[in-house]
Amino acid sequence: MSAGTLYDKVWDLHRVSELPGGSTQLFIGLHLIHEVTSPQAFAALRDLGLSVRHPERTVATVDHIVPTTSQARPLADPLAEEMLATLERNCAEHGITLHGLGSGRQGIVHVIAPELGLTQPGMTVACGDSHTSTHGAFGAIAFGIGTSQVRDVLASQSLAMTKLKVRRIWVDGQLQPGVFAKDLVLHIIRTLGVKGGVGHAYEFAGPAIEALSMEERMTLCNMAIEGGARCGYVNPDQTTFDYLRGRPCAPSGEAWERAVAWWSGLASGADAVFDDEVRFDAAAIAPTVTWGITPGQGIGVDETVPTPDQLDPDDRALAGEAYQYMDLRPGVPIAGTPVDVCFIGSCTNGRLSDLRAAAAVASGRQVAAGIRAFVVPGSEQVAAAAEAEGLDAVFRAAGFEWRQPGCSMCLAMNPDRLEGRQLSASSSNRNFKGRQGSASGRTLLMSPAMVAAAAVAGQVVDVRRLLADGDASPSATRPGSEPSPELSSAPSAASRL
Amino acid sequence: MSHQPLPAGPISAHRGRGLPLPGADIDTDRIIPARFLKCVTFENLATGVFADDRSERSGDHPFDRDEHQGASVLVVNRNFGCGSSREHAPQALMRWGIRALVGESFAEIFFGNCLALGLPCLTADPAHVAELQEAIAVDPGAELLVDLEAMEVVLESEFAGDNRWPVTLDPGPRRMLLTGHWDGTSQLLAHDAELSATAAVLPYLSGFR
Ligand code: SF4
Repeated sequence: MSAGTLYDKVWDLHRVSELPGGSTQLFIGLHLIHEVTSPQAFAALRDLGLSVRHPERTVATVDHIVPTTSQARPLADPLAEEMLATLERNCAEHGITLHGLGSGRQGIVHVIAPELGLTQPGMTVACGDSHTSTHGAFGAIAFGIGTSQVRDVLASQSLAMTKLKVRRIWVDGQLQPGVFAKDLVLHIIRTLGVKGGVGHAYEFAGPAIEALSMEERMTLCNMAIEGGARCGYVNPDQTTFDYLRGRPCAPSGEAWERAVAWWSGLASGADAVFDDEVRFDAAAIAPTVTWGITPGQGIGVDETVPTPDQLDPDDRALAGEAYQYMDLRPGVPIAGTPVDVCFIGSCTNGRLSDLRAAAAVASGRQVAAGIRAFVVPGSEQVAAAAEAEGLDAVFRAAGFEWRQPGCSMCLAMNPDRLEGRQLSASSSNRNFKGRQGSASGRTLLMSPAMVAAAAVAGQVVDVRRLLADGDASPSATRPGSEPSPELSSAPSAASRL
Repeated sequence: MSHQPLPAGPISAHRGRGLPLPGADIDTDRIIPARFLKCVTFENLATGVFADDRSERSGDHPFDRDEHQGASVLVVNRNFGCGSSREHAPQALMRWGIRALVGESFAEIFFGNCLALGLPCLTADPAHVAELQEAIAVDPGAELLVDLEAMEVVLESEFAGDNRWPVTLDPGPRRMLLTGHWDGTSQLLAHDAELSATAAVLPYLSGFR
């Protein structure tokens, strides 16, 4: 059993009671809601005659269903409009802050909470969305919940939970140029499997993790859930504090010093005990691409689609299904696979540093003929910051569409979707069958820089080759102004190129 | 579709007609296809229940057959409700009129989601499930008593006399149903004083003052 870890400390601090069914009642410090999984929870609350226990601890935004071409109201899709209007009504009725379209703060829920400084170390964070694990980047214990749990948090600001085991994922070394947090996490999931983390929280630690910016840590923790771990986290450190300082909802003045002291004390100590540990070497990781229908079916861009005999016997049936669905043959190099659509965005990779990394590749190049490529910023703040430094112009000049913020083609609940058997290079997090809006559509997951490279090459290509050509102009992607603390404090991913 | 009231309070027994649905590994995507998730209320989910399976069998699906209209006890086989965690699945079944499930086994998340709605998922021997499904098919109008006190299901058939089969349910969930504490929210609300005490010592709630 783990002891002395951040997970244990945060768990103990938030424990309310032991429940009859054997679970623990846990206080939820921050509750995030959106239009898809909250309406039924509010309806249930009304049916039960209950009110919201701590409306000030719930924050709402709209992300999943918003169109990215025109966000004028009413939204063109009447169902989408109804979902948004319902969210607005529920928030107004219960006194919950809603960061709506055009507020300057709207965006994907897992992008806006960190950038507003809502997500802080030591909190318990819950949201009706599995990628809530993102917030673990701050040293919070953050996990996705279902709709009746959304109702429970609204009614009681707490949840019935069972304690997880804690696995430390220790990463030595440094990521090489052209290799990003996305590649790291795809590599970890490839190695440990999509169910490897079931029943566990992942603590990411070690020199390579400490060197990551906050945005990179968010990419990493975001996909912990794709490895089966309900939450993943990084211990808070100076990088965390530098990111948070000055954010609208972060502590300020004298409270800031006290906050930093409290946060620092929560990190797993040298004497912390973990249930187990797995080690990786960051330097050995190549840009990674999925070839199959789960995020665990990934390979280095310089590798070939695995043959059945290269795989674990348990993985062969699924691989067979993947070869067929993806129309990729075992033994063939993944590089050179032609793509149809290129999508840069999502809560995994829709932040400013992601857009910079992609722009660094797109700059001075052209999207290949016949390819549809588009960029969807993760939030209105990301969009504004990117526009302020001219990234939108870089993308447009290269032939990418520059869209308005939302989840977009990550899950295609809005009009952005694949058609037929189209194959997309995507910076999102799930390559499940039909995930991007067409029942037969196909997805290759990769980093934003790799997506940009695929867009200009018209096929999967090792982004390191393009960077070595040297005609990308990183100067176009360096910040000219400093619209947010992130810009001044965290090294941008593009700076590694 | 039924007009039975939604579950409320202690649940010690349920009486209603049975609906056999044979097949292993019936997943939540089949119970309620993904396109029905774009909604703001669970209220109208009944129309989506097994929508694709039903259209494939054009009227011959158990949920469409005349003799099963108004039935409320679903009798299934192995690993029922596997797949995604969507709560729309038990909601759709409940809105259609299902009030109890008897089967060989249930997927864990689906079981928990049902419990939170007050829908007992009782397990029985594969052989007993087969007998029960057969008996309902022979006399679909017979009343089925699902008894959580005696832990058995009884088919009150005019033709065959009473027929009873033992069922099982873990003590925790069983106690929650019998006492009426199956809805997670009421359990959590019962500890309000402790909740306030926990909140009082979390520095971020008081702005680190
Ligand atoms: S971007 Fe994708 S994964 Fe993230 S919250 Fe939206 S739909 Fe979910």
